[in-house]
This record gives sequence, structure tokens and C-alpha cells, in this order.
Amino acid sequence: MSIQKVVVMGAGHGGFQLAATLRQTGYQGSIQLLSDEPGLPYQRPPLSKSYMQGKISEMAMLFRPAAFYETEKVELIHDSAKIINCDAKTVELNSGKILPYDHLIIASGARNRLLNLPGSDLQGVHGIKTRQDADVLIPLLPIIKKLAVIGAGFIGLEFAAVAAAQGAEVHVIELGERPMQRAISEQMSEVFRLAHEQWGVQFHFNTGVSAIEGDGDKVSRLLTNDGSSIEVDRIIYGIGVIPNVEIAADAGLTIENGIVVDEMLLTSDPNISSLGDVANFPCKYFNGKRIRLESVQNAVDQARTIAARLMGNPAPYIQLPWFWTDQGNLKLQIAGLSIGYNETVIVGSVADQKLSVLCFCDGELICVESCNRAGDHMVGRKLLARVSGLTPEIAKVEGFDLKAWEVLNRPEV
Amino acid sequence: MINVTFIEHNGTEHKVTAEAGQSVMQAATFNQVPGISADCGGAGACATCHTYVAAEWVDSFPTKTEMETDLLECAIDIRENSRLSCQLVLSDAVDGIVITLPESQ
Ligand SMILES: Cc1cc2nc3c(=O)[nH]c(=O)nc-3n(C[C@H](O)[C@H](O)[C@H](O)COP(=O)(O)OP(=O)(O)OC[C@H]3O[C@@H](n4cnc5c(N)ncnc54)[C@H](O)[C@@H]3O)c2cc1C
Ligand code: FES
Repeated sequence: MSIQKVVVMGAGHGGFQLAATLRQTGYQGSIQLLSDEPGLPYQRPPLSKSYMQGKISEMAMLFRPAAFYETEKVELIHDSAKIINCDAKTVELNSGKILPYDHLIIASGARNRLLNLPGSDLQGVHGIKTRQDADVLIPLLPIIKKLAVIGAGFIGLEFAAVAAAQGAEVHVIELGERPMQRAISEQMSEVFRLAHEQWGVQFHFNTGVSAIEGDGDKVSRLLTNDGSSIEVDRIIYGIGVIPNVEIAADAGLTIENGIVVDEMLLTSDPNISSLGDVANFPCKYFNGKRIRLESVQNAVDQARTIAARLMGNPAPYIQLPWFWTDQGNLKLQIAGLSIGYNETVIVGSVADQKLSVLCFCDGELICVESCNRAGDHMVGRKLLARVSGLTPEIAKVEGFDLKAWEVLNRPEV
Repeated sequence: MINVTFIEHNGTEHKVTAEAGQSVMQAATFNQVPGISADCGGAGACATCHTYVAAEWVDSFPTKTEMETDLLECAIDIRENSRLSCQLVLSDAVDGIVITLPESQ
């Protein structure tokens, strides 16, 4: 039976891409794209970077202009899904409207984990997830004098760099011992620690926040678990996300750190797929173990895989994960996953902040982290997508060049 | 409004209009011109927005940054006039510009 009615729950990176790819590849049936955010679907990465800095307009963040949805017959419905009925194959919306589907794609993403501290409801405490969050912060940015960023993850550090460049005093408070600890190698963390310190950011590692205090209802001070207090007038938190699984869970789908999908990105219901930040999938580049990844690449490539399957070309999801973050004048690009590396080799120059860290696990290349070395990143993606044969011994040789090595060691076609 | 003509590898022409300040990449994606996937949305992180700029407009844009040069080196079939279209900002000075698309990204 061919699929005629597709409902997509969530119009972020994954949901939008799914709709766009289906149309590009000739799908003729209906597409109903549900969005619980106002306005046209947009990209999130600029929220904490170029959009926050006023470098790009709201329009430049859109995936497509309004006309796209009309001409391509993608019905954008501003409403949220409330109940999925797997037996009847319907989605009930907040408004009460009921949408029947042949196939449902859950692309509901994740929401920010909230601070759960005395005083976290004071005025002046912000997370950054949506365009609305950014729009609140943009006019405040020039008047922030003392900022605390809770959590030294990607988004917190991107914002820390933006605020420091505006002249704010910036404190980053982090429970772990180094920046972006969960996602990058120690060596690359160190490069970013030094860079942020040069920009004026003060780090407080191995430190938890115990309370936020205010002057009236406005935030004024932050207390840490080592007993010190830091005067602040704004707080940004980026302490991880919670996948939006509740509706899927109510419908009886298997949930475990997100919506569990198989290598085809199908959920435990054969008429429902899931992708992106909310999906927990078996990852080829994580020894086939399950993982939930929060990146544009992951959402977009998974959408393409699902669209291809719906169009009659089923294939398992096997794309190499890659990611980028822009902090100050540094662009960090990551190809592969560094989880579980036990040896690293640095190529390039730490002093010039132009380097790549090659991460190996038992002698096999598993991740290439590049700072202001976009060429290495691209080559890294090629090498990681095949059995490269690159070893730490080869990479350690004086004068080793990743690109030249890749060209010389291309498999014969 | 700035007129932009995209020519696909197979010769198909797409005449579109865009606003000053938009990138060449957006002029294409906003008008359903196929062949530019722009996976990173213009962040200069993916090199899937590779295009060729017709000779007479090559000098109308700022020269490539090191990042762009690096990324382009890994694109398929790069030529003298290769550019990442997300890095090319449209202005009235390039009204009528012609952009050719590579066979694949
Ligand atoms: C500030 C910021 C900066 C980032 N920077 C980068 C970066 O530099 N590089 C990178 O690779 N990644 C970055 N990311 C991560 C990236 O944006 C996400 O991984 C990506 O958006 C995930 O796509 P998604 O489709 O899974 O979810 P989302 O894009 O989050 O979309 C999910 C959508 O579903 C909606 N939704 C949820 N429940 C319902 C419901 N019941 N009914 C209807 N709609 C619903 C949500 O409101 C949301 O609009 C960044 C994220 C943020 C927040
Ligand atoms: S769109 Fe990614 S580099 Fe241009």
C-alpha cells in the first residue's frame, strides 16, 4: 500500500527536511507539518551566534519563504500534537482537530532542561532554544554587565563568547572539569579554555550552583557549592536537554532516553518513524550502540533516510555524525564521535589556534576535531566514512598532512 | 530586487529574484533551485553549496577567506571560479549575475 498521508510532528530541522525531501523526490500525497512555534520554520544554530549578534536577519534564518509551503503543498499547521492513536492511525491536536495518517514522523526535538534551584524563577534567568528566547535576549545583550553562564556546553559557550565581545564580565560555572567535556577531547577543550580566557571569560570548573538570589524579583547574585558568591545581572543556562517523548510514551511507543528506533529509524510502531534530537538510534559510528545526537547533521540526514524509505528506497541509517560550533573567531568542526578514544595526535598549530585533534580508539581513527582547519574536517569526514588505515604512528610523523595522506591512500575504485 | 540566473549542470536555467543582503545560496534554496543542499544553512561548515560564478562577476565579491578556500578544496570538481554560495552576499552591483551549478555536491 503506498503512503498517501504523511503527518510530521515538529517543524524543526528534521521535520522541515523530511517535508522538503519528500517533495523533491516526487512524493505526491499530502504532507501536514505540525509546528507548535509561531512563524515559519527556522534554523536554530544562528540563535546563539550570528542572529544573536545581529549579523543575520530573521529572514535569513528561515528554511524557506512562505511561498514554498503553498507551491510545494506542504500544509504547515500551527498547533501541537496532543494524542497519537496508533490503532486508528490518527493524531489529535490541541485544537481538537484529528489528522489521520498513513505514516507519522515524530520530529519533536528536545527542550532545555530547566534549572531546579532556589531562585531560578527570578527575572533575568534565560535559556536559549527558540527564536523567541533569542528575541528576548538580543535587546538585553548590550546592557549585560555581569553574566553567569551555567554549563560549559556548546550553546552556553557560544553565548559567553558573544557577551564577552560586548564587554560583559562573564563567568562560566561548570560541574565538570573542562569545556564541552562530554563531546570533545581534552586537548581541544584546552584550546577553547585558553581562548575564552583570552576573551575575558572566567571559568569556575568542578563547581555547582547552589542558589540564585535577587534584589526584589531581579537576579543579583549566584551562590556556588564551594561557598562563594558571584554578583551577576543575567544568567544563561545550558545544562542539557530533555527529549520531547511524552506524547509518544502515552501512545505506547518504546522509550529509553528518547524514542527508541531501529536502524531504519522506525519506532516500535511500524507506521511511525522518529528522528533528530528526540530519537535514540543504533549508531554505526558508536559500535552499533544506541545514542541520541543533538545536531543539525543528524536531524537532516535522518530525515533524508526516512524520506527515501517512504519513497520505496529503504536503507539503514549509516551517516557519519558531524557537528560545528562557532565561538569568537574559532570554528570547531567535529567529524565522528570522540567517545571512547584512548589516544590522540595533534596536527597543526596550537599556538595559532589552527589545529586538528585526531582521536583514535585502539589504533583506529574514530574522530577528527578541527579548530579553524576546515580542510582537515572535510578530509576527516572522508577518512572516517571508510576503513582508513590511518594509525597514530603514521599521524605522529613530523610534517604529516591529513589531506595529502588521504589523497595518497584513497582506495582504488 | 536582484536578478539571478542559475544554470544547472544539465543546462536547465532558473531565473529568480532575491533581495540585497541575501546570499546566493538562499536565492537558490528560497526558489527551489535544485542542486544546492546547504546542509549547514550557510554557516560555512559543510561545503554543500558549491557553485561557479560567471567570469564577469567573479571580482564583484570579496575574495575567499581561508575557511572558504579550505572547504572548497574538498568539494567535487573545483575550478578557478568556484565559490561557496552561502558566502556570497547579493547587492545591486551584481544584478543579472549568472551562477552555474556543479554536477553534484
Ligand atoms: C541555540 C542553539 C544552537 C545550536 N547550534 C548548533 C550548531 O552550531 N550545530 C549543530 O549541528 N547543531 C546545533 N544545534 C542543535 C540543532 O539545532 C538541533 O540538533 C536540531 O534542531 C534538531 O532538530 P530536530 O528536528 O530534531 O528538533 P528541533 O529543531 O528542536 O525541532 C523540534 C520542533 O518540534 C516542536 N514540537 C515539539 N513537540 C511538539 C508537538 N507535540 N506538536 C508540534 N510540534 C512539537 C518543537 O517546538 C520544535 O519546534 C543548536 C541548537 C540550539 C538550540
Ligand atoms: S551552506 Fe554550508 S558551507 Fe555553505
